[in-house]
Amino acid sequence: MPVLWLILIVLALAVAGFIAGRARAISGAGDDRRALHSLPNYYGWNVAMKAMVPAFLALVIWLIAQPFIVNTKATSLLPETAIPEGSTLGLVMSDVRRVADGLDLAVEQGLLGASEAADLTVTGSDIRATLGSAGVAVGSEISPEILAAAQSYRSSNATGNLLRSLVVIGLALVGGALALAQTKPDFRARNAVERGIRAILVGAASLAILTTIGIVLSLVFNTIEFFRIYPASEFFGSFTWSPSFGGGSQLGIWPLLWGTLYISLIALLVSVPIGLFAAVYLSEYAGPKFRSVAKPALELLAGIPTIVYGLFALLTVGPLLLSVFGRDGLGWMQAGTAVMTAGLVMGIMLIPFVSSLSDDIINAVPQSLRDGSYGLGATKSETIKQVILPAALPGIVGAILLAASRAIGETMIVVLGAGAAARLSLNPFDAMTTVTAKIVSQLTGDADFASPEALVAFALGMTLFVMTLGLNVFALYIVRKYREQYD
Amino acid sequence: MTDATYTGGKEPAKHGLLTVDARTKKRNASEKRFRLYGLAAIGAGVFFLVVLLSAIISNGIGAFQQTFIEVPVYLEEAKLDKTGNRDPAEMAKVSTFGYSPLIQNSLWKVVVDSGAETPLEDGGDVKQMISASAAAKVRDWVLANPDRVGETVDFQILASSRVDGYLKGRVSRESIAQDKNIDAEHLDLVDVLREQGVVHKSFNWEFITGADASESRAEQAGLGVSMLGSLFMMITVLLLALPIGVAASIYLEEFAPTNRFTDFIEVNISNLAAVPSIVFGILGLAAFIQFAHLPQSAPIVGGLTLTLMTLPTIVISTRAALKAVPPSIRDAALGVGASKMQATFHHVLPLAMPGILTGTIIGLAQALGETAPLLLIGMVGYIATNYPEGVFSGFLSPNSAMPAQIYEWAKRADPAYYERAWGGIIILLLFLLAMNLIAIVLRRKFERRW
Repeated sequence: MPVLWLILIVLALAVAGFIAGRARAISGAGDDRRALHSLPNYYGWNVAMKAMVPAFLALVIWLIAQPFIVNTKATSLLPETAIPEGSTLGLVMSDVRRVADGLDLAVEQGLLGASEAADLTVTGSDIRATLGSAGVAVGSEISPEILAAAQSYRSSNATGNLLRSLVVIGLALVGGALALAQTKPDFRARNAVERGIRAILVGAASLAILTTIGIVLSLVFNTIEFFRIYPASEFFGSFTWSPSFGGGSQLGIWPLLWGTLYISLIALLVSVPIGLFAAVYLSEYAGPKFRSVAKPALELLAGIPTIVYGLFALLTVGPLLLSVFGRDGLGWMQAGTAVMTAGLVMGIMLIPFVSSLSDDIINAVPQSLRDGSYGLGATKSETIKQVILPAALPGIVGAILLAASRAIGETMIVVLGAGAAARLSLNPFDAMTTVTAKIVSQLTGDADFASPEALVAFALGMTLFVMTLGLNVFALYIVRKYREQYD
Repeated sequence: MTDATYTGGKEPAKHGLLTVDARTKKRNASEKRFRLYGLAAIGAGVFFLVVLLSAIISNGIGAFQQTFIEVPVYLEEAKLDKTGNRDPAEMAKVSTFGYSPLIQNSLWKVVVDSGAETPLEDGGDVKQMISASAAAKVRDWVLANPDRVGETVDFQILASSRVDGYLKGRVSRESIAQDKNIDAEHLDLVDVLREQGVVHKSFNWEFITGADASESRAEQAGLGVSMLGSLFMMITVLLLALPIGVAASIYLEEFAPTNRFTDFIEVNISNLAAVPSIVFGILGLAAFIQFAHLPQSAPIVGGLTLTLMTLPTIVISTRAALKAVPPSIRDAALGVGASKMQATFHHVLPLAMPGILTGTIIGLAQALGETAPLLLIGMVGYIATNYPEGVFSGFLSPNSAMPAQIYEWAKRADPAYYERAWGGIIILLLFLLAMNLIAIVLRRKFERRW
C-alpha cells in the first residue's frame, strides 16, 4: 500500500475518532455539556490525537528503518565473488536495487505476471530486455547472485510494506479505541490534549538539535570514510591539490585554504571600511529623512541572491578588471576569474552586513557618553573616534568576525568568479579556488561516491563547518565578554 | 597676593570669537573630512547597487525579445502524409527530419522573392538561420491540424541564436569569422529580410513559460519548467517550515523553562542560522539522497534541504513577533480562566500572526534565491526540458530550480546563454521584489504597536 494511502487512511481514522469521541462525551454526559470536565471538542481532539500521533511516529520510524534492514538482508546474500574487480559493494547494491525496482515496474505495467517475476532465472529469459521495456536500464549483464539478491530485496520489501500498513493502521485503531474508552464526562480531556500539544511543540523545537546532529553525523561519517582511504597527514600536510579521477590524486587542503582566506581578506578590505563609515554616518550624521532612504538602499544589496553576485563577478567585474589589468593593460591578469574579482564582489555583498550590524551597535552606545564628550568641547568626529568607536569596539569586532565567517562560507561568487585552479600564489590577479568551490566541483563531478575524490568534499565541508562555527562562537564570546554594560 | 602682570615673553595669541586659530581650523577640517568619508562610503554602496542593477537590466532585458522569421511554409502532402488519409497516428511517423527541408525550402523561396543578391544556392544553405527547434514546432502544429496539409501556412519561426545575436548587437561580422554556425552571407540576407519586415523581434513568452533546451539551441531555452521546480520547492518549504518553525518558537517563547535543554536548543538555532548554506547542501546529500534514497534532483529534496536552512530564520522572526505581544494580553486571558495553551493559541498567536507571516515570506524569499545547496543535490546538470506531469511528479521527478537554471546557463559556453542568465535573474528578482513587497504591505497593514 503506498505511503500516501496509508497517511490518508490514518487521517480518516483520526477524523472519525474526533467525531466519535465528541459524540460519546456528549452522550455520556446526558446531553448536558456542563457535566463535562472539558469542552466537547477536547474529547474529540483527544481521540484524534491518540489515533494519529503514534501511527505517524511508527510510520516515520518504519520508513527510515526498513531500507536499512532490507539492504543488509540483500547484501548478506551477495558472496564476495559477486563483486567484480574494480567495483564496490555499493555499486553492486545499486544494481540490485535497480533490478528489483525494474521488476516491480514490469509487474505494474503488466509486462510480467507477479508469479512470473518471482520465478525468473538468468538463463530462462532476457531480463535486461524486459527491464528495458519497463523503462529501467541496467548497465551490465545480470548475474545469478544479483538476481537472487534482487528477489530477496523485493520479497522483503513486499513483506515490509505489508507489515508497515498493518502496524500503522493497527496502531491508529488501537490508539483511537483506547482513547475512546477513556472518554467519560469526568475525564480531563483538555489536560490530556494540552500535554500532547506540548510534546509536539517540544519535538518541533528539538528539530534544531536534530539538524545539527544530522550535519555533524553526515560530515563525520564521510570524513572518517575519506581518511580511511586517504591519509590524513597528506590531506593536512600536502601543498598540492590535483585530483585525478583515475586515481593517484594529491588532495592537500592548503591551496584551498589559502584561496579562501585570500578572497575573504580582500572582501573584508572592501566591506569593512565602507560598511563601517556608512554605519557611522547613518547613525551619527544623517538626518531621519536621509537615513530612511540610504539604509534600505544599502540593505537591498543584502537581499540580492548570491547567484546574482556570482554572475556579476563572472560577466561584468571580471571582464572589466581584465581590460585594466589584463594583457591589454598592465599585464598582471590572465583571465577574468581571479581572487580580485571574487573578493571585490564578495566585498560588495558584505557591505550591508557590516553596516547594519555596526549601525545597531553604534546606536546602542548611550547618548550620555556623546553628551559628555561634546560638553568637553570635542567635535563630532573626535567624539566618534575617541568615545563611541572604543565603546562599540567589541561589537564591531564581532560584526567583522561574523562577516568573515560569511565570506569563508560563501559559495556561488567563488564558484563563478574565482577560477578553478588551486594554487598558492600572492598575486591577487591570479585565479585561485576555495574550499566551498571545491566542495561543489568534487560532488557534482562524475566521481563515484566511494572514491577519495568525491569523499574529500566531506572533509572539506567539515573544515568549513569547524572554521565558521569557531568564528561565530568566538564572535559571540567577544561581544559578550567585552560588552560594556550600560543602563 | 600682588597684582603681578606677566610682561615678558611673546604676546599671547590673539584670538577672539570672530577669528579662528590654526588648531581649530585643523579640527574643523578634519571634522569635515570625516563626514565626507562617511558620505563617500554610503555613496560607494549606492553606486555598487546602481551598477549591479543596471548591469542586470541592460544585459538581461534582451532575453525578453526574440528574433522570429515569418515564413509561409508549404506543407507538402507527398512528404507529410503519403497515404493521404490525414490520420495523425500515421503522420506521426514522419520525424522532424522530414519537416526540416520543407521549412528550409520555404525560407529559400522567401529569400528569392525578396530579390536579395546572395551567393547561397538553395534551401540547405539557409538552414543556419533557423532554429533547430523549428521543425519540431511545425510538426507539432501539423499533427494538431492534420487537415491543413497541402496548404501554405504562415509560421513565426524562431531564428537561430546567431541571427538573434546579430539583431541584438551581440554577433557581428568580425566575431563570426571563426564561427562555423553562420557565415557573413547569412547576415547580409538577414539585413535584407529585416528591411522587408520578414525578420523581426518580438516579445518572447517562450522565455518565461518555456522549457530549457540543449546547449546548441540557446534561442529556445526558457525558464518555465524550472519556475515550476522552484514553486514545488517553495510549497514544500512553506508546508514544513511554517508549522515547525511556529511550533518551535511558541515552545521556546511561551513554555520553555530556563534550563540547559532550552539553552542548548537556543544555541543550536543561533548557530544554524550562521552555518554556510553549502553545508546544508552536504546535509541534504548525505541525509536525503545517500541515506533515505530519495530521488536525486527532485524538488522535494531541495524543499527539505531549504526547509532546514530557513527554519532558523523563521524561528528568529516568529519569536520576535511573539515577544512583541504584550504580557497584559496573556494575563487577561489567564485571568478569565483560560489555560496557558488556550491563552497562547487563542490570543497571543493570532496577534503575532502578521509578524510571523512577514518573517515567513522573507524566509521563503531567501530560500527562493539560494543556489549552493541545490548544486549538491543534483539540481544542476539536469536539463529541465519536460513539464512535470502532475502534482506528484512535480514533487518527485527530477527538475531544476530558478537559481540553479541560471547557474546552469551561466556555465554554458555559448554567450547567447549569458543573456538568458541575466534575463532569468530579472525574473528571479521580480519574484523576490514581489514577495518582499507583500511582506512590507502585510506589516504596514496589520502590525500593531502596543
